[in-house]
Amino acid sequence: MDSGRQDPGTVEHGDYAIETRGLNLWYGDFQALFDVDLGVKRGIITSMIGPSGCGKTTLLRTCNRIIERLGYVRTTGSVNVLGHDIFGDDVELVQVRKQIGMVFQRPNPLPISIRENVLFGFRLHEARLRRVTAAEEDEVLESSLRQVLLWDTVKDRLDKPATGLSLEEQQKLCIARLLPVKPEVLLMDEPCSALDPAGTEAVEELIWRLRGDYTILIVTHNMAQARRASEECVFMLLGRIVEHGRTEELFLSPEHSETADYIEGRYG
Amino acid sequence: MFDATALNRRSYRAQGIAKAVFCLMTVALVVPVLLIIGTLIYKGGPAISWEFLFTPPRNGMTEGGVFPALVGTIWLVVVALLASVPVGVAAALYLSEYAPDNLLTRTINLAIINLAGVPSIVHALFGVGAFVHFFRFGTSILAASLTLAVMTLPVVIVATREALQAVPQAFREACWNMGATRWQTIRKVVLPNSISGILTGVILEVSRTSGETAPIMFTGATAFIVFLPESVFDQTMAMSYHLYYIATQQTGVPEEITFGVALVLIGIVLLMNAISIGFRVYLRGLKKW
Ligand SMILES: Nc1ncnc2c1ncn2[C@@H]1O[C@H](COP(=O)(O)OP(=O)(O)OP(=O)(O)O)[C@@H](O)[C@H]1O
Ligand SMILES: [Mg+2]
Repeated sequence: MDSGRQDPGTVEHGDYAIETRGLNLWYGDFQALFDVDLGVKRGIITSMIGPSGCGKTTLLRTCNRIIERLGYVRTTGSVNVLGHDIFGDDVELVQVRKQIGMVFQRPNPLPISIRENVLFGFRLHEARLRRVTAAEEDEVLESSLRQVLLWDTVKDRLDKPATGLSLEEQQKLCIARLLPVKPEVLLMDEPCSALDPAGTEAVEELIWRLRGDYTILIVTHNMAQARRASEECVFMLLGRIVEHGRTEELFLSPEHSETADYIEGRYG
Repeated sequence: MFDATALNRRSYRAQGIAKAVFCLMTVALVVPVLLIIGTLIYKGGPAISWEFLFTPPRNGMTEGGVFPALVGTIWLVVVALLASVPVGVAAALYLSEYAPDNLLTRTINLAIINLAGVPSIVHALFGVGAFVHFFRFGTSILAASLTLAVMTLPVVIVATREALQAVPQAFREACWNMGATRWQTIRKVVLPNSISGILTGVILEVSRTSGETAPIMFTGATAFIVFLPESVFDQTMAMSYHLYYIATQQTGVPEEITFGVALVLIGIVLLMNAISIGFRVYLRGLKKW
């Protein structure tokens, strides 16, 4: 890790946390994204809706370059995160990913204790630079878990395996473990789709609480959720962005007929 | 109303037959194993004693024990493990965690699988050419162990790769997401969760290494030497070769001794397997997903 590199978070940049320009992406011969121009504003919640297979997950995974794991993926165009081109030659992947936390569709806690899960990123980054006391770790642990409203439920079983938690608790834990790394952006890919209604409501409430502290981009299939819990909304169709605007406007008076069809439930 | 129809009865009969056949096949598998072990214990058991284990053969191998061969086999296996486990695990890590999924990688994978099918006598000849002559190790433990290592490397690589691939991709993504490098991800998440599978590969390797005769015959094993090896450049006796020798090359060896040697050899293999399996069960118990 190169700690001498300029931290993208402290550099002057525009209003956008994520900005893509002419982004195309191919899985082998199959083009999944077409000329995507998207600006995700800082500090607000942006939701992303669209039928299955339209490229929402693909777009999210491009923003932190996790998609590169697949050798056959090719991209053109640019993705700026916090004003820096993440495809640039001098970009340190680790720094990019620290700035962009991601929450997955299925909660994926690591098969270690709750405490170790939350402190995983912290230990990876902070504890390597300086001496971290146990008290400090406890503090980070508690504040992260408090932020995701999980502290009271798990405070007595911090050393139990995280995989023993309910799905809702696991998903909250997955959000909690991003916080000690101090990301600017949180990408959430259908974070509630594996949860029951009560869990969905709890996680939604949590996301709403994190608003302002983080820039949040959340993919959802739940129209009501997008409407309730986001300030801007992006509608995607077949790898393109069809419409992007303030949520209430997009839902009340969509500009494109495809958008209207989709929010009225005429697509799958 | 709930009486069996003719059709019901027919399917029961078919099921009964299938069950009987499968059961028979299982028995057919287990019986020879039991027979072999039973015979060994029956015929070789009386030969086994501390003296048998801890003294060298005497009198043209018609008396005495197996000590030098026992020690030699341990040397061969340990040195072979030291060579093949690090190399094999590293290669598997590279292939499954770092290498891009392209034609070259797939070709290498295919080659490795094919390498596992090469007969051991071919490895033996390779060992003679490469280690004994080219690298000038002479006939020595080093040359023999390296030959064994080359022979078992594919097993280690394949087993390790499978163990690595059994670790859910979601774990890796979770780590990368918190800004872990590939190596940190491997060390903290992938390896701890695949170690039991990797051990399986090592188990297989140990069993195979300690039992093979051909690869060590020309590269480092010798029929008779009373001195214990002092370094990897010495020649050594080995259990498998010793058994081959007294069973086929030497006349006048009592049957009891021959079966005793075979029993000890199988004992070593089973013991090593048992230790590794115990270790594996223990680690599996720690795994929680
Ligand atoms: N690993 C992959 N290899 C090849 N094609 C893929 C891969 N992942 C996704 N695709 C294709 O890319 C397109 C976009 O997929 P993506 O997962 O981004 O859609 P999505 O909008 O997230 O859908 P969903 O709402 O079902 O999650 C789909 O047509 C899919 O078949
Ligand atoms: Mg998706």
